[in-house]
Amino acid sequence: MLLLECPYCGKRAESEFHCGGEAHIARPETPAELDDQAWAEYLYYRTNPKGLHAERWQHRHGCGRWFNALRDTVSDKVVETYKMGEPRPDASNANIPDPAKVRSA
Amino acid sequence: MSQPFRIQSGGHIDRSKPISVSFNGKTLNGYRGDTVASMLLASGSHLAGRSFKYHRPRGILSHGSDEPNALLSVDWRPEKGKGRRDPNNRASVVEARNGLKTETQNHWPSLERDVGALNDILSPVFVAGFYYKTFMWPRSAWEKVYEPVIRRAAGLGEAPEVADPDRYANRHAYADILVVGAGPAGLSAALAASEDGSSRVLLADEGFLFGGALLNDATSTIDGKPAKAWVDEMVATLDARENVVLLPRTTVFGYYNHNHVAMVERVADHRDDALEGLARERLWQVRAGKVIIAAGSHERPLVFENNDRPGIMLAESARAFINRYAVKPGNRMVVATSGASAYRTALDAKAAGIAVTIVDIRLGEDCGTELAEAREAGIEVLTGHTVVKALGKARVTGLIVAPLGKTGGVGTRRTLECDTVAMSGGWTPSVHLFSQSRGKLVFDADIDAFLPGQSVQNEVSAGACHGIYDLSAIIADGAKAGGGSREVTASATFTGFQPVRVLPTDEDPKKVKAFVDFQNDVTAKDIKLAVREGFESIEHVKRYTTTGMATDQGKTSNMNALGLVAGLLDRPLPAIGTTTFRPPYTPVTFGALVGPSREERFEPVRKTAIDGWAEAQGAEFEPVGQWRRAHYFPRSGEDMHAAVNRECKAVRTSVGIFDASTLGKIEVVGPDAAEFMNRMYTNAWTKLKVGGCRYGLMLGENGFVMDDGVVARLAEDRFHVTTTTGGAARVFQHMEDYLQTEWPDLDVFITSITEQYAVIALQGPNAKKVLEPFVSDIDMSEDAFPHMSVREGFICGVPTRLFRVSFTGEAGFEVNVPADYAAAVWKALYEEGRKYDITPYGTETMHVLRCEMGFIIVGQETDGTATPDDVGLSGLVSKVKPDFVGKRSLSRPDILRKDRKQLVGVLAKDPKEVLDEGAMVVDDPTAPVPMPIAGHVTSSYHSSNCGRSIAMAMVKGGRDRIGETVWVTTPKGFTEAVIATSVFYQHEKESIDA
Ligand SMILES: [Zn+2]
Repeated sequence: MLLLECPYCGKRAESEFHCGGEAHIARPETPAELDDQAWAEYLYYRTNPKGLHAERWQHRHGCGRWFNALRDTVSDKVVETYKMGEPRPDASNANIPDPAKVRSA
Repeated sequence: MSQPFRIQSGGHIDRSKPISVSFNGKTLNGYRGDTVASMLLASGSHLAGRSFKYHRPRGILSHGSDEPNALLSVDWRPEKGKGRRDPNNRASVVEARNGLKTETQNHWPSLERDVGALNDILSPVFVAGFYYKTFMWPRSAWEKVYEPVIRRAAGLGEAPEVADPDRYANRHAYADILVVGAGPAGLSAALAASEDGSSRVLLADEGFLFGGALLNDATSTIDGKPAKAWVDEMVATLDARENVVLLPRTTVFGYYNHNHVAMVERVADHRDDALEGLARERLWQVRAGKVIIAAGSHERPLVFENNDRPGIMLAESARAFINRYAVKPGNRMVVATSGASAYRTALDAKAAGIAVTIVDIRLGEDCGTELAEAREAGIEVLTGHTVVKALGKARVTGLIVAPLGKTGGVGTRRTLECDTVAMSGGWTPSVHLFSQSRGKLVFDADIDAFLPGQSVQNEVSAGACHGIYDLSAIIADGAKAGGGSREVTASATFTGFQPVRVLPTDEDPKKVKAFVDFQNDVTAKDIKLAVREGFESIEHVKRYTTTGMATDQGKTSNMNALGLVAGLLDRPLPAIGTTTFRPPYTPVTFGALVGPSREERFEPVRKTAIDGWAEAQGAEFEPVGQWRRAHYFPRSGEDMHAAVNRECKAVRTSVGIFDASTLGKIEVVGPDAAEFMNRMYTNAWTKLKVGGCRYGLMLGENGFVMDDGVVARLAEDRFHVTTTTGGAARVFQHMEDYLQTEWPDLDVFITSITEQYAVIALQGPNAKKVLEPFVSDIDMSEDAFPHMSVREGFICGVPTRLFRVSFTGEAGFEVNVPADYAAAVWKALYEEGRKYDITPYGTETMHVLRCEMGFIIVGQETDGTATPDDVGLSGLVSKVKPDFVGKRSLSRPDILRKDRKQLVGVLAKDPKEVLDEGAMVVDDPTAPVPMPIAGHVTSSYHSSNCGRSIAMAMVKGGRDRIGETVWVTTPKGFTEAVIATSVFYQHEKESIDA
C-alpha cells in the first residue's frame, strides 16, 4: 500500500485515496472544433510510461481534494505530489528516468 | 508418556510448570517453554507425520518455522467446542500448554500404519510433472477417478468444519524503525536505534522467547557473560525504554510498498486462561520509516538417499533441542556436515552424554579449528567422506558412509549405527522479506548464497540474513543497521562450509530417493528429470516439480534445488537466478486477515428511516448496493407475484406509498450553479424557472448514459439534484472532479444530502387527497403547483421540499423531509391514506410501473455503452448548448451508426410468458451457431395493469422494426415475440395488443 502525501493533509495511506489516471490532460476548451482523432486521443490515449508518471489522485476519504503525483512506475517511488494547476515538477534530481523528458529530447 | 530423553538440568524451560498435551490421542509430557516438537522428542519419538506424495514416515527436521515435515492439526481450545482447530501448524513452533489437542496429518488409518505408503512403492508414477502427465487424459477419468483419489490421499490438513468462533483484532501502527527478528543482530539493532529516545522502535519476533540462535547456545559468551544472560540484559534494557515496543509471537509475513509491513501477533493461543473476548490473533499493519531485517538464516539439509528418515534432523536444530529444550534427540548421533557450524552441535551433544561421530564431506585440510577441537574432545571425525544412504524406515538406524577418492570416486562403505543424524549442508540467509520489498539479490560465491543487493525501499539487513555469521560481527552489524555501534568480545563462531548439492554416491541414481524439498516430496531425481525434459528456467522447474511451492516456501530446499539445476545445466548459479519470494513468509490464518470484518461488519447495511416500519409490516427486502430496500409487502398467503400484482393495481386505481429515500441527492449551490449544471447534464438549465423540475440526463465524456434523475431549482443559485440509488457516490465524485480539476473558476459548491433527506413517494389518483391535510405554506392547487415542480413549505410541521413528480405515470408527489422526521411523517400519511386503502409498495412494483410507462432505469436498460439516442432520449439532449460533458462524443462515427441497439418493447406471443431478463433476441433461431444476435432483453415483468407480460429490449435498429417477429432465448430454446414501442400502458386502458 502506497504512502501518499496529500498537499493539504500530509502523508496518508493509499486506502484513503482514489487514483484518477494520467495527469495534465486538460479538457479541450472547444471540443466541437476537434476532429475525431484528436478527440479520441483526449478520451482514450495515455502514455503508460516505464519511469516517471504524472497522475491524478484524490484524497477521497480525507479532505476530498484532487492533486497530482509524480510516481516512478518501476519502483512505485512517489517523487513529489503537488496541487492541481501547478506545473509538472522538474524531477531531474530524483534519479529516475523521466520519459517525458526522454521523448522531448 | 514419561520423558526418557529429557536432560535433567539446563535449557530455557520452566521445570516448575509441568504440562501435558494430547498428540494423536496419546499424552505428551513436558514443561512450559516446550514446543510440541520438543515434547515429542523428550518422549523418545521422532515420528511426526507422513509425507505429502509418498506418505513416507517423517520426523522433525527443524526447530523453527521452516519445519517442512512435522505439521500438526491443533485444536487450541477443545474444551470450548468445535471450530478452534486449524491445520498445518509446525510442531517445532507450537508453544505447548496444557489442554492442546494435536494430531498429525496426511495418514490413514494411523500415523504408524498408513495405506498411502503404497505410493512410496508405486513412486515411479509420481515423478516430476506427474500432475500434468498422469491426469491429462481421458477427461472423464478426472471427475470419477483422479480427483477423488487425490483428494483422499493428498491432505495437507483438513479444513475446519464450522465457522471460526474466535475474535481477531486489527491494528495500524507507525514506527520510525521496525526491527524484524530479536536474535543478536535484531537486539543490537533495536538497542542502537532506540538509544537516544527520539525514535519509536518496534521489535517483532516470531518466537515466544527473544534471543534467536543464542537460545540454542550453551557455550558462547559475550563480553564474558553467557549468551543467554546477555540476551536477558539487552531485552530488559529495551523493555525499560518508553520508545520501544517488544512484540514476541509476532511474525512479519509481508513487506509491501512504501514500507508497509504486515505482521500477525498470536495473542491468545499460548495463554492458560482463555479470557472471554480476548482476540486470538492480531493483524498489525505497520508503516515504518525504516525497516531493519534481522531475520537470520536457514540451514540446508544434505541430499542423500533416505535423508528424510525420522531421526534425521538439521544440525543446528539438534543443538536447539539439546540446549534450549533440554532434550536429547537420541543416544547415538552421527553429525553429517559439509561445514563448520555442525561441529558445535557435535560438541554440545557429546557434553549432553550422546555418543557422537562426525562425517565431514570436506577434506581435513579444508576444515578450520573446529576439527582439532572436536578431536580434542574425543569425537571421531571422518573427513572426506560422503553419506551414501540412511538405514531404517520409521527411524534411522544407521548411516552408510564412504570415503571420497581424489577423483570423486566413492570408496569402501562403512555403516555407522545411530538413532539420530544431525546434518548440515551450510546456510541460506533469509532474504525473503528483502526480496518481498523488491530489493535486488546478488550472489556471493564465497558463502554460496544470495544476499541483499540494491534496495528499493528504506530497509537494511543485518546479521545472518546479511551473510554475516560470526557472533561479534553480527552484533556489530546490527548496531550499525540501527544507526549506532557496538563492539563486543564474543566467543568465536565456527563458520564456513563447502557447498554440496547432492552427495556423491555409487548407487544407481535412478533408484535413489534423496529429498530436496521435504514438504512437497521432491527428490533430486525429479529435478534431474525436469531439466532433462527441457525445463531450464528455475521458475519453470519450480512449477513443474513443485519444489519450493509448499507452505514452507522452500526455506530449507531452495538453494539445494537451485544449485542442482545450475550443476545439471553447467551454468554458474547466479545465471540460474532465484525464484521470487512472495508473502506470506509463513502461513497466516484467514481469521487474522479478515479480522473484525465479518458477518454484519463485513459490509455495513444501509437502512432508511422507514426501514423499521417496513420490517414491522412484514416487508420482504432486497439489497440494492449497500442499501436494503423493501422489495414488496406481502399480505398473508401472498407470494411475490400476487403481492406485486395487487400493489401495481392499487397505485393506478387509488394511492400507493413508497420509500424512495435511497435516491442520491446532491445540492448544487453557487452563482455559477446553472452554468455548472449546463456543463454536467445534456439538458439546458438556464431557463428552468425557480420552483421548476426537470428530468436530467448525465453522460460520461465518452457520450454514454451515466445517470439520470429529477432536478429541482430551489433558487437561482440552488439546485436539488437527484441521482439513481446506485449512482449517488459516482455522480457526486464526477461533479467534484470537473469542478476541481477542469473548471476551478466556477463558483459552485456541491454537497451530498442523500442521508439528510428521506423521500416518501405518494403515487396514484388519490395521492393529493392523502397529502393535502398535512401541508402548510404551500398552495396545493393545480395551477399553483403543477406537475414537474417543487415547493418548499411544511408537512406535519416539518420543513419539506415537496416535489410534484411521477415515476409511475400517475399523479404523484415525492415528499423530501429531514430523515429524522421521516418515520413520523410516513405514519401520519399512512394513517390518513387508510381512507383510500393506501398500499405500501416496494421496489418490484416501482420497477413494473415504470416499465409500463417505458421509463428506463440506468444500469438496467443501459450498460455503459448506450447513448441517449439508443434509449430514445435524444429529445433531452440540447442542440443549442455548444458543449457539455459527453457532447463531442455523440458525433463520433460509431455513435452515429444506424445499426446500434435501440430501446424497444418486446411482447411475447404468449401473453402469459414472462421473458428472461438478459435473454438474447435473434431473428432466425435456425441460423447456425454462432448465431447472429439482434439484441437482448433488459427488463421483463408480468403487468397486471396491462393484463399480460411486458418487456423492454435493446435491439439493433429496433425503432425501425416495430411489429416484426423475433425470437427470444429461453432455458429450453426460443420463444416467439413481437417488437413494439416501449410504452405499454395508456391511461384510457386501450388495448395494447398489436
Ligand atoms: Zn487531504
